[in-house]
Amino acid sequence: MDLVPSDDQQALQEMVAGYAADRFDIDTVRAFGEPGGFDRSAWAQLAELGTFGIAVPEDRGGVGLGTIDAVLVHETLGAGLVPGPLVAATLAAELLDGVIDGSVVPAVLVRPDHGPVVVEHLRDADVLLVVDDDGVSRVDATSVGGSLLPHPTDPVTPVTLLDAVPEGERIAGPEVALAWRRTGSALASSQLVGLSEACTAVAVEYAKERQQFGKPIGTFQGLKHLLADCYVRTEVARSAVWGAGVTIDEPEAGDVDRALAAARVMAARAATDNAKTGVQVHGGMGFTWEVVAHLYLKRAWVLETQFQNPDDAAELIAASLGS
Amino acid sequence: MHLRDTEDEAAFRSELRAWLAEHVPQLPPEPPHDDLAARREHEARYQEMLFEAGYAGINWPVEGGGKGASPSEQLIYLQESAAAHAPEVSVGFVGQMHAGPTLIAEGTPEQQAHHLRGILTGEHVWCQGFSEPEAGSDLASLRTRAVRDGDHYVVTGQKIWTSNASVADYCEMLVRTDPEVPKHKGITWLIMPMDLPGIEVRPLVTAQGSAEFAELFLDEVRIPVANRVGDENDGWRVANVTLSFERGTGFVREMLDTTNVMQDLVTIAQRTPRAGGTAWDDPGIRRDIGEVAAELDALWAYTKRNVSAGARGGLPMGSGSAFKLSYAGVVQRLGDIALRVLDRSSLAMDDIDGLPTAAQVHGRLHAFAVSLGGGTSQIQQNIIAERVLGLPRER
Repeated sequence: MDLVPSDDQQALQEMVAGYAADRFDIDTVRAFGEPGGFDRSAWAQLAELGTFGIAVPEDRGGVGLGTIDAVLVHETLGAGLVPGPLVAATLAAELLDGVIDGSVVPAVLVRPDHGPVVVEHLRDADVLLVVDDDGVSRVDATSVGGSLLPHPTDPVTPVTLLDAVPEGERIAGPEVALAWRRTGSALASSQLVGLSEACTAVAVEYAKERQQFGKPIGTFQGLKHLLADCYVRTEVARSAVWGAGVTIDEPEAGDVDRALAAARVMAARAATDNAKTGVQVHGGMGFTWEVVAHLYLKRAWVLETQFQNPDDAAELIAASLGS
Repeated sequence: MHLRDTEDEAAFRSELRAWLAEHVPQLPPEPPHDDLAARREHEARYQEMLFEAGYAGINWPVEGGGKGASPSEQLIYLQESAAAHAPEVSVGFVGQMHAGPTLIAEGTPEQQAHHLRGILTGEHVWCQGFSEPEAGSDLASLRTRAVRDGDHYVVTGQKIWTSNASVADYCEMLVRTDPEVPKHKGITWLIMPMDLPGIEVRPLVTAQGSAEFAELFLDEVRIPVANRVGDENDGWRVANVTLSFERGTGFVREMLDTTNVMQDLVTIAQRTPRAGGTAWDDPGIRRDIGEVAAELDALWAYTKRNVSAGARGGLPMGSGSAFKLSYAGVVQRLGDIALRVLDRSSLAMDDIDGLPTAAQVHGRLHAFAVSLGGGTSQIQQNIIAERVLGLPRER
C-alpha cells in the first residue's frame, strides 16, 4: 500500500501546473469562452506536453503511464481552471487519430436516461462521441442538430442543447464505454479536487491581505474556521480520488464503482462548498464578474455532473450497503 | 502508488484473519458499557491472547517488546480486527497508545523494564492525567503543582476527563514543576501509581449515563523522582511525543467500527416499517447514508495516504487535525440519520422490537467525544488555519 505520489509523479504534476500557470492565466482562460475564443494552438501545445496521452501506451504515441497518472494531471488542470474538453480528449486519445496531438478536438456525451440533451464544448469540437451501455459512437460535430446556448452558466464552458441524441458510427463496444465512464468520472472528480484547493488558496490570500477593523480579516475565527473546513474537504476528497484512480489500475484492490462513487460525492462537495466559501470570503467583491471566485463555483457545477452526479453516486453506494 | 497487498502484506493478512476467526469467537459476550471492572477483565483476556500470539503492541518497536509491524501491516491489523468485531482497545488505550510508546521513546531502561510487559499482556491499565478544570483547550496552562522534596515530588491539584481512572494501575501525568517560567517550560511528565495515598477518584457520569471518566483530586501525593519521564520541566515536549502517537492512527479503529455501526443502521432501516415499505425505501435516508459511507471510505483512503506519507518521512502538518474534524462531522451526521430512522424507538437507550437500536442512540451521544476530546473541533480548525494555511494568529 502506498497512496502518496512518487517523486516522478510529483514532478509531472509540477510540470503541468507550471505550464498551466504560464500559458493559461485568468485572462486567457476567460477568452476561451468568447465566441471563436477557443485557441487551437494553445490546445495543441497542451497536447504536446503529453497531457491527453498520459495513459495511452507508448506504441500508440502516448506516455504509457497509468490512470492514476492521468488523475494526477487532471488535478492540476482543474486547479488552473484550464479550459476545453480535457476529459473528452484524454478518453479519446487512444481511439481517435489526431486527438493525442490536439489536431482533432472531441466532445463527449453520455446518453442521458431522461431530460434534455446538453453537451459541453461541442461548439469547439470536430467530433462528438456518444457513450452509452452498448458502446461509443462517433458523429461529425457539424452534422449534429442543436443550438448553442447563449448564456452558459460557466462562461468558459460553451454548452449546446441537442435536438436528440445523434446516431453515429459505432467505434467501440461496451467494454470501452464502461472504461470511459469510469475513467471519465475519476478525471472530472480529480479536476474538482484541484479546483477545490485552488479556490481555497485564492481565498486564503485575500483573507491575509484584506484589512478590516485594523487587521487582516483572516485573523478572525469566523473566517479561519470556514477556510480550515475547506482544507479538510480538499484533503479528504483528494484521498478518495487518488484511491479511486489507483483502484481503476488495480481492480483487485477494491470495488471500482464504489470507489468512484465515493470520490465523486466527496470531490463535488469539496469543490462546490469551497468555491461558495471563496465567494463569501471575498465579501461583496466575491459576487462580481471581475473577481475570479465565481468562475471556480461555476466550473465546479459543470464538473460535478460529468459522467456521474453526486446524488446518483450516493445512491449507488447505498445500494451496495443494502444488498 | 498502489493499493493491492504485497506478498508479505497478503501473508500477514491471511494469517491474522485465520487467527481472529479462531480466537474472537472464544471470547465471552462483551460486558455492558458502564461495567468498567468487567470491561477491564474482558479486554485483558483478549490482550493476553494477542500477547501469546505475538500480536500485542502491533505498533510498538521490537526493542520495546512489540510486533514492530510496518505501517501497512498496522492498518491491516486494524481493518481485520474491526471486520472480525474483535474487542477494541478501550480500557487499555492509554497504556498501549500513549504511555507504552512514550516510555519506549523517552523512558529509562528501568521504567521500560518495569512497565512495558504489563501493558502488553493487559495486566496493567493506565489512565491519563493531562487535562484540568482550568486547562482544557489551553492544556499548557495546567496548574497541578509538583514540589521537589528529596527524591520525591509532592503533587497537589486536580485532573479531569481521566478515562478509566477507577480501574487504572498507573497514571501518565503532567504537573507544574516551575510556575515562574513561561507555561510550556515548567511542565514535567510523571508516572503516578494509582495506589499512592492522597489520590481520590470521583467518577464523572457522562451524558451517556456511564462513568468511564473521572476526576482526580490529588492531595500531597508523593511520587518518586525515579518516575519522571524525560527531564524536569521538559514535560511539554514529552507530552507532544505522547500525543503524536494518538494523532497518527488513534481514531482509525473507531472509524472502522463506525463503518460497522453504519451497516447495522442499514439493517435496522430495512426492518423498520414505514408507510408502504421500510425506512430503507426512503431515498432521503438512503442518499444521506450513502454520503456518510462515501466520507468513511474517503477517510480510510486518507488514513492510507497519511500512513504512506508517514513511512516516507513524516505525517503532513495538519493531517491529524483534518482527519479528526472530518471524522467528527461524519460520525455525528450518521448519528443524526440514525435518530431519523429510529423515530420513536430513539426514546429509550434500550433495544426495541429486537433491533439493536440502543447502540445507535449511544453512538450519537458518544460522537460528541470526537468533536470535544483531544482538542475540540474549533481548536483543530485554528491549528489548520494558522499552521497550515498561514493565517495570522489571533492571540
